Amino acid sequence: MIINHPLLGPRDAAEFVYLGDASLIDRPDWQAEDAAEAFYEYGYLRDNPAGQHQELWYHEQGDRSWLVVTRDTLTHEISKVEMARDVARSRGRSK
Amino acid sequence: MRYSAFKIFSQGLTGNKGWKPVWREPDPKPEYDIVIVGAGGHGLSTAYYLAKEYGMRNIAVVEKGWLGSGNIGRNTTIIRSNYLLPGNEPFYEMSLKLWEGLEQDFNYNAMVSQRSILNLVHSDAQRDAFIRRGNAMFLAGADAEYATAEQLRAELPFLNYDNARFPIKGGLFQRRGGTVRHDAVAWGYARGADERGVDIIQNCEVTGFDIENGKCRGVQTSRGAIRAKKVAVCVAGSSGRVMAMAGMRLPIESHVLQAFVTEGLKPVLPGVITFGAGHFYVSQSDKGGLVFGGDIDGYNTYAQRGNLPVVEDVAEGGMAIMPMIGRARLLRSWGGIMDMSMDGSPFIDKTHIEGLFFNGGWCYGGFKATPASGFCYAHLLAKGEPHPVATQMRLDRFKRGNLIDEKGQGNQPNLH
Repeated sequence: MIINHPLLGPRDAAEFVYLGDASLIDRPDWQAEDAAEAFYEYGYLRDNPAGQHQELWYHEQGDRSWLVVTRDTLTHEISKVEMARDVARSRGRSK
Repeated sequence: MRYSAFKIFSQGLTGNKGWKPVWREPDPKPEYDIVIVGAGGHGLSTAYYLAKEYGMRNIAVVEKGWLGSGNIGRNTTIIRSNYLLPGNEPFYEMSLKLWEGLEQDFNYNAMVSQRSILNLVHSDAQRDAFIRRGNAMFLAGADAEYATAEQLRAELPFLNYDNARFPIKGGLFQRRGGTVRHDAVAWGYARGADERGVDIIQNCEVTGFDIENGKCRGVQTSRGAIRAKKVAVCVAGSSGRVMAMAGMRLPIESHVLQAFVTEGLKPVLPGVITFGAGHFYVSQSDKGGLVFGGDIDGYNTYAQRGNLPVVEDVAEGGMAIMPMIGRARLLRSWGGIMDMSMDGSPFIDKTHIEGLFFNGGWCYGGFKATPASGFCYAHLLAKGEPHPVATQMRLDRFKRGNLIDEKGQGNQPNLH
């Protein structure tokens, strides 16, 4: 697979480390009433879809940026690559 | 029809005209006591043990494709019980004992070959860890044997003992481990279940679950609705997709594992050998091909094919321990989809939906577990409580903090 890095252009997926579902960006509030349940779901449960999947890739052997890659899990086709920090900010995170 | 040497002889003399199909192709009935979703190794063995050990006959096994079309026919056929943790090891040892008696039990030649498995050791720390593992195996009644490098040199002279980076310092044998003809396992269980009245319904895709007031009453399929008192899902690899139809999210990601086979060679490998520094395991099939594999690709996928970086990594692992493999030509490679769970261990459990049961999360260890998985799942379905060797394989173990994490990697499925 080739990941089209927003800053560096097309890079071999072997340069990256895969973390998992991009929902991991949305860490639950540890002070919430239901924090234990929310962290259980955050840490252990996954949607695991067959089709479009947003996921976190880390460019370990490159510029060490985190990317959100939208990829089809049935075909491996990558339709979108974003900087994870841009995605996080667009969801209201400060960094 | 009971198979025997006499049968083969007499059929040979009469033109082999007396052989009959080994299972029926029934249409689904409107209702069953138990509907098993997935006619793979685990689903068929579940049906077989339900019928044979627990006396239940009104069972259907529904399958989207043809029986045995999933991972039971895509794996590297290794059986072993060399696990460490008490949540796993008694279960896998039970499985190995079932393998040992399987062919007599279901009267089918599954070519069970206890040709041994050897896990190589490359450092002092690894030796300590493997000796600990061997002791854990003894505690569960399994066999284990530590061999020094000198002993190994005499027995397996072709390994690369003096690799500069990963010298071979010894290894942990399980002599009772080995290989099995994987398709024959599915066929043997299917035949045994069919003989006892189980309906195996192929080309029948489950498209939904009938859940009424928190109770599962049956399944919707491409061949109509089937009512059932209990629905037992057994579709490892596709667990995420199937259980999503019941509104469940699982502690599982789907990943692809690749496997490889070379052209047929003269006998060179006496048993199964695994590399302890990378991830590489190899055995030789009875046809002569070297069958080997390594790590999963490491990203979510439902495509039954992998990518080239892993091919390179596996080939490097092979060259590191067994340089002669470089002279063999690769014949085929393929991929299978694994339920990679959050701790690398499986699930055999009820769900929060009454009447809906789940078996999955086998990571890349499902084949060796086939007999015990079916046996324990059948026990759960028939008795309503887990089999004593599968009490820890629960879906809620992460919530309770009781992980079965053999490698201590944490909730990162692609590291297990």
